[in-house]
Amino acid sequence: MPQSNPQTLNIFTLAQRGMSAQMVRMNAAASNLANAGSVAGSEAEAYRPLRPTFEAELDRASGLTGVRVTSVSPSDIAPIRRHDPGHPLADANGDVWEAPVDETGEMVEIMESARQYQNLVEALQTAKQLMLETMRSK
Amino acid sequence: MSERLFGIHGAALELRSQRMGLLTSNIANAATPGYKARDIDFAAALAAKTSGAGTDQALAGNTLYRIPTMDSADGNTVELANEQLAFAENAVAYSATLSFVQGKVDTVKRALKGE
Repeated sequence: MPQSNPQTLNIFTLAQRGMSAQMVRMNAAASNLANAGSVAGSEAEAYRPLRPTFEAELDRASGLTGVRVTSVSPSDIAPIRRHDPGHPLADANGDVWEAPVDETGEMVEIMESARQYQNLVEALQTAKQLMLETMRSK
Repeated sequence: MSERLFGIHGAALELRSQRMGLLTSNIANAATPGYKARDIDFAAALAAKTSGAGTDQALAGNTLYRIPTMDSADGNTVELANEQLAFAENAVAYSATLSFVQGKVDTVKRALKGE
């Protein structure tokens, strides 16, 4: 996803980039939620929650600052080891590894992301309306 | 000519539009670690612009970092409520300035038509 766009930023591209960054964030949280409680047979195979990294991107020509997602990487939280000898994936010791997903945390992440997406939509609408008013003025 | 007709409103409209972009930048970066929110000292920028500076010049010296009410752990200084408030205030001011400009234009049009 890291890409630098030579195009000059305006308020529309700026909001669009912010919104797609929030979409990436929301997708990551949704996939974490979907994998909550999933179990693997070894520590290495267990699901790790994904986190996007945001970076501010200053456009000197316009003075505006966009945002981009530099990476979506798994966090380094250790999976939860659980003793469950009856589980089909259990290893020689009878242990399984469960994905360390904080469901409440992910819900908060999704709500925050949705709010910020909304804020950008609002900003976009206001900007658009003002531009139209300016154009219509005779 | 346009300077004499529109007074400070032409300059104000341009600066208001620039400020709208800057505030949207802040809103877009509400979740970026280490991002420092910026805003224009509008009065100072307008004074600079009306005394002959270009828009870029007027903005360069008067775009300042916002001082956060409360520091956040990741170094981000965007406080969404404040940014939204500033955005709304700026949008209303833009509208007001725009109607001043429109009023001036209407006056000239009426004068030309001889109403």
